[in-house]
Amino acid sequence: MAGSTPASAIADATDVAPVGRVGALGRAPRRRLLRRILQTPAGAAGVSLTLLVIVVGLLADLLAPTDPLVPAGPPLAPPSPAHLMGTDALGRDLLSGVVYGARTSLVVVFATGALVLLIGVTVGTVSGYRGGRVDDALMRVTEFFQVLPRFFLAIMAIALFGPGLDLLVLVLGLTSWATLARVVRAEVLSLSQREFVEAARASGASDTRIVVLEILPNALPAAVVYLGLLLAQVLLLEASLGFLGLGDPNLVSWGYLAGQAQRFLRVAWWLSFFPGVAIAFAVLGLNLLGDALTDVLGGRR
Amino acid sequence: MTGRYVGRRLLQVLPTVAGIVLVGFLLIHLAPGGPIIALAGDSGDEEYYAFMTAKFGLDRPLPEQLATYAGNVLRGDLGVSYIQGRPAIDVIAERLPATLLLAGTALVGSSVAGVALGAWAAARAHSIRDLAVTSAALVLYAAPVFWLGQLALLTLALRTGLFPVQGMTTAGGPETGLAWALDVARHLALPALVLASQEVAAVARLTRAGVLEELAADHVRTALAKGLSDRRVLVRHALRRALLPVVTVIGSRPGHLLAGTIVVEVVFGWPGLSRLLLTSVQTRDTPILLGIFLLVAATVVLANLVTDLVYGWLDPRIRYR
Repeated sequence: MAGSTPASAIADATDVAPVGRVGALGRAPRRRLLRRILQTPAGAAGVSLTLLVIVVGLLADLLAPTDPLVPAGPPLAPPSPAHLMGTDALGRDLLSGVVYGARTSLVVVFATGALVLLIGVTVGTVSGYRGGRVDDALMRVTEFFQVLPRFFLAIMAIALFGPGLDLLVLVLGLTSWATLARVVRAEVLSLSQREFVEAARASGASDTRIVVLEILPNALPAAVVYLGLLLAQVLLLEASLGFLGLGDPNLVSWGYLAGQAQRFLRVAWWLSFFPGVAIAFAVLGLNLLGDALTDVLGGRR
Repeated sequence: MTGRYVGRRLLQVLPTVAGIVLVGFLLIHLAPGGPIIALAGDSGDEEYYAFMTAKFGLDRPLPEQLATYAGNVLRGDLGVSYIQGRPAIDVIAERLPATLLLAGTALVGSSVAGVALGAWAAARAHSIRDLAVTSAALVLYAAPVFWLGQLALLTLALRTGLFPVQGMTTAGGPETGLAWALDVARHLALPALVLASQEVAAVARLTRAGVLEELAADHVRTALAKGLSDRRVLVRHALRRALLPVVTVIGSRPGHLLAGTIVVEVVFGWPGLSRLLLTSVQTRDTPILLGIFLLVAATVVLANLVTDLVYGWLDPRIRYR
């Protein structure tokens, strides 16, 4: 974790400091970056956990012993060599459920991440580069999205439009970009004062060219660092909605599995235990990775 | 803190509230089936449809509809729950105290415990106890709150019987007076603890970081050099200044805390808003859902406002631009 700065702890804070000077990050140091992350125990753990979830999600068809929605053994069987994580009330293999749950989480996190990155970077860049009235207006909108209660908005949207993965991603994406936009704005604001940008401006480059070629490549690392911490929160939010039975009814998700376990808590501890471990590992992985990246890139001191 | 700052900050609330009201309006109008189905359900009779159409002016032009809707909402009139046949605001108000009790206990408890743990860890940086606090905070911050609740139920309630398993009171138990309050407190302890744990983690991490930063500052060295005790320096000089960002974080988490409350209520069968919220999703009881959404949003806006004002009061350097 961050030695002195709990980056993930302030993920929801209203004020976000810029992640810092990363302008010098070229192609060669980037390879060193990974090595430096892996050198700290926390960074190595973050990378491993995140990779584990990605690999399990991608290879779910190969890794899952059975179809997670079809009975494969006796009902409510405790963990055994035949069913490593036990079975649920219908005799469905929990390990298969957890493996396919990784895929659902992966889809939600990647799709939401792409949407958040798109909106956040666009708003942040325009706001930071244009400044003035445009900046004021965009920052008001951003502040508004920061106070919007995502969880309750998502519940209302699900009630009105019906549950589904596409709606979930849309709602989570549309309501989660605000802090990222502020991080990007702060980066762009300081980058646009730097010598290499002024040099480009003096040589007659257009605004689009300056933003796309000079500013964005240098502002993106800060955005990506913050994105990890933000997606950890998205993952928890998705799990909570799944727990309440508001996820996509056609997909197995970790939150849904934990929600189903609630009724059998007295008789089958494993039904709640393993999906929860999976969520905690995935969130921990993203948080550790985000913190390690922040530390290595020398931000937020 | 100047009156001007307070005034400007208060004025900022207006567009935010307008935006929140507008979000509700948009959702209702974008919903499949249109606003009348969203507001009155798809199984109502003609008379009820006519009543809701008139109430929200749904036969009028769109801007007029928005005005009517905003007027209704701001007066606290959210329409009638078509499941319960009563004003939505009354139905919500019935369930609210239990939720506020749980969320409030967790908020106060987690703020105090988080600050204390963070400062305690920072006082001996990189010691065993610091490592224990920071690791625990890291894990608690990553663990989903319903899972912590289920684990707490499994270990502390079901196995040992130390805590009651479900609900807010013992069936057939005392209904008034001190005995009732104690009964509620006994039921409250475990859900509040679970709900507080994640907030404790966030607050403790931030406090620790802030105190560590302050302990390295010149004014702390001066205080130590003039012979003040370690404890006094920690509390009066380092912690005091480190608390400023903590105030911001505590004030920015009510939305998160209320979401967690709903989930914890489900785990512990706590009779708050959660059951109402979930049945309203199943029955598409929009007036109730809209009411809960607006209520939570208003709470968040209010909490942010109070936080900013407290911050301005604590830190005289803050002057609004």
